[in-house]
Amino acid sequence: MTNDRSVPEGPPRGPAWTAARIRGLAIQGAILAALVGLLAWGVGNAIHNLNKAGIAAGFHFLGNRAGFDINFRLIDYSPAATYGRAFVVGVLNTLTVSALGIVAATALGFALGIGRLSRNWLVSRTAATVIETVRNLPLLLQLLFWYTAVLAPLPRPRNAISLGGLAFLSNRGLTVPGPVSDGPVWMVWAALGLGLAAAAAIGIWSRRRRIQTGQRFPAGWVGLALIVLPPLAVLGSGTVPLSWDIPVLKGFNFDGGLTLVPELIALWLALTLYSGAFIGETVRAGILSVPKGQVEAAQAMGLTPGAVLRLVVVPQAMRVIIPPMTTQHLTLLKNSSLAVVIGFPDLVAVFSGTTLNQTGQAIETIGMTMAVYLVVSLAISFGMNLYNSKMAIVRR
Amino acid sequence: MSTTFDETAVLAPPKPSRSPWRWARENLFFSAWGTLATLSLALLLAWALPPLVKWALLDAVWSGATRDACLTPEGTVGGGACWVFVKVRFGQLMYGFYPLEQRWRVDAAALTLALGLATVLPLRAATQRAAALAGVVIGGLGAGWLGGPALGAVVALFLAGPLLLARDLSALRRLPAVARVLLVVGLSVLAAGVGGVAFGTPKAFGWVTLVLAAGLFGWRFDSLRAAGLNLLGLVFPVLAQALLSGGAYGLPYVPTEQWGGLFLTLTIALTGMAASLPLGILLALGRRSALPVLRLTCIGFIEFIRGVPMITVLFLASVMLPLFLPEGVGVDKLLRALIGVALFSAAYMAEVVRGGLQALEPGQREAAESLGLGRVQTMGLVILPQALRVVIPGIVNTFIGLLKDTSLVAVIGLLDLIGIIKTATSDPNWLGFAAEGYTFVGLVFWVLCFSMARYSLRLERILRNGVA
Repeated sequence: MTNDRSVPEGPPRGPAWTAARIRGLAIQGAILAALVGLLAWGVGNAIHNLNKAGIAAGFHFLGNRAGFDINFRLIDYSPAATYGRAFVVGVLNTLTVSALGIVAATALGFALGIGRLSRNWLVSRTAATVIETVRNLPLLLQLLFWYTAVLAPLPRPRNAISLGGLAFLSNRGLTVPGPVSDGPVWMVWAALGLGLAAAAAIGIWSRRRRIQTGQRFPAGWVGLALIVLPPLAVLGSGTVPLSWDIPVLKGFNFDGGLTLVPELIALWLALTLYSGAFIGETVRAGILSVPKGQVEAAQAMGLTPGAVLRLVVVPQAMRVIIPPMTTQHLTLLKNSSLAVVIGFPDLVAVFSGTTLNQTGQAIETIGMTMAVYLVVSLAISFGMNLYNSKMAIVRR
Repeated sequence: MSTTFDETAVLAPPKPSRSPWRWARENLFFSAWGTLATLSLALLLAWALPPLVKWALLDAVWSGATRDACLTPEGTVGGGACWVFVKVRFGQLMYGFYPLEQRWRVDAAALTLALGLATVLPLRAATQRAAALAGVVIGGLGAGWLGGPALGAVVALFLAGPLLLARDLSALRRLPAVARVLLVVGLSVLAAGVGGVAFGTPKAFGWVTLVLAAGLFGWRFDSLRAAGLNLLGLVFPVLAQALLSGGAYGLPYVPTEQWGGLFLTLTIALTGMAASLPLGILLALGRRSALPVLRLTCIGFIEFIRGVPMITVLFLASVMLPLFLPEGVGVDKLLRALIGVALFSAAYMAEVVRGGLQALEPGQREAAESLGLGRVQTMGLVILPQALRVVIPGIVNTFIGLLKDTSLVAVIGLLDLIGIIKTATSDPNWLGFAAEGYTFVGLVFWVLCFSMARYSLRLERILRNGVA
């Protein structure tokens, strides 16, 4: 295909698809072949090795009797339950400790981050010292420190440290009074749920009205009242008689009340401090990212210091803070797997630990464990991306 | 206090006051809430700190060699810290169960690494030269002490060649490149020849490796840093493997089960760093590739690893990897942990590097291509140097995270610092001294991590000012 016009001298050019396309296709084909080959080789070896060890691949083992006990659980479980049930207990424990840790670490993180920026020299130095100490130590070390060096040497229940005669701290954990009731407890939860829904509705309505008419409505206080008051009203009405079960020493341990096992306390404490320090740095960076001119402009418009903070600094800082803070929350979820080291029965300990050792189903147990973390991580990342696109500055 | 209006007093700038009272009023008691916060925090610190100092220093037991030294006359554990426990276990905390009389090998490897790093990291030129010279002298003397004068001469020649020929410090810098390469290869061959004559054929394999390494190593020595980098990248791994594992050159074999303590922690951390940076760069480039199969493979790998806890990746490497290998192929436990750590940190490193690649303007690539540079040259000479420079803080942060995360290998049964202290504190003869043990190990980790963070800040400053 030549034409009559003379082409200036230069490198000969072939059709566009030859060089780059073919090379690209060849490289991709090679990668695909290598991956498939590696996979086939690995799976072949695995099948051979499993046959040799007499382990049947598959998820049938989930229906078998587990035979081990779990000392911290939110749902009914006994050694007679199945491995599948143990898996659910593990997932719930992981989610519980992560949720506890996320709430506490976020609160601590804001305190540390704002504290480090404080005008008060003592406060800012203390916050900086805490952050720099905690951030530069492995989480595993901190976890073992709290568990082995602080909680384990606590006195036995007999000599427990009494906190006002109601709660007791001993080497069996923290025992606190627990609420007991034979009435229809579900009514309290239902009232709480209704209150939450009503508070959310009020919030949406007040925001919409503010945008349309500019009128303010104290949605925060009303919402709080809507959440707190209905359950209290149900309790106060006497339909659900509530009494407090105060722990008493009986034999070698406490009877009654609720007990937080030392494993949970150590894990919670370590996760809170570690993630709190990192969140503190995130918060600090977020606040520092708000240009000084914004504060000055707000002050020039006559806003009170509180309003400057609430209406100008915080909304802009949060836009910067929230994405890395979510990353920290995800890290906390993943870090909660260190529970296996101190024997707290989280997902990894129950499933990739005990269940794997008892059944030998390495591929299935580790795969299921990883899948849980992956699903939660990807779901939160997805939600985060939605939030980001919603919060991003609208460019006009 | 004057009551008349004095113009000069109004116009004069406030004098910086250095009085402590003034300072305290401005920084501690500036408002009612500020005063309240200061007082309550001061009270809290006054309550918490003195007992801590008393425990750690004043009431602590420093001397002695047995548990009895730390007990009160009544036979109970005293009120102060028992640093004797750490003193007794110090050797294990540093070297694990590496045989006592072989521990110098670990020290030698550490010294070599430190001197090598000193020639590579951005330090003062004089420090780098001193480190290089010290390397040649110590290497020669050390080898001479070990294997006699012949080996000493060999090692000194081998080290001296490239280091002294480095273009930025040698008088021979005006020689053409070919002549310099020949000179270095010649010196290395001479070294290998002397070695071969002195030690006979069985060791020839090792020497061939060294000569080959030297050939590569002399391939590019524009500067001391390039020579040091080649030395660290090509010779040091071989040397460290030979030195630490032994089983050749008259060094007894030390299986990796006996490695432990700080030595093992640093081994895993440094190997992880060395592996994760190049792997991370490759993954980041793959993630930005135009080829869908390559891109999806890299994205899948990175997101998978970043979505799961490191413990499960270690379990994967330690429990599942053997399943997927042919029967009878055993992989060393340490090696399995190293693979897990390297894969894990590579995924995080990839995201850091990707940030740097994204921060670069497309004009850089276009300019490089319009100058006629090929793909590899564009990437290696234009894109990567700039992209990596931008993300140095991120890279160091990942390294710090990696160093802290190495502690997780204790979970799969390796005896790193944490593994050792965990076993030591559960020794029935030394029960009740966990606080001391973890405090000491924490101090070691803290010093390492904190100094890395500080060095990263310094590095940023150096690179920003453009002074190497």
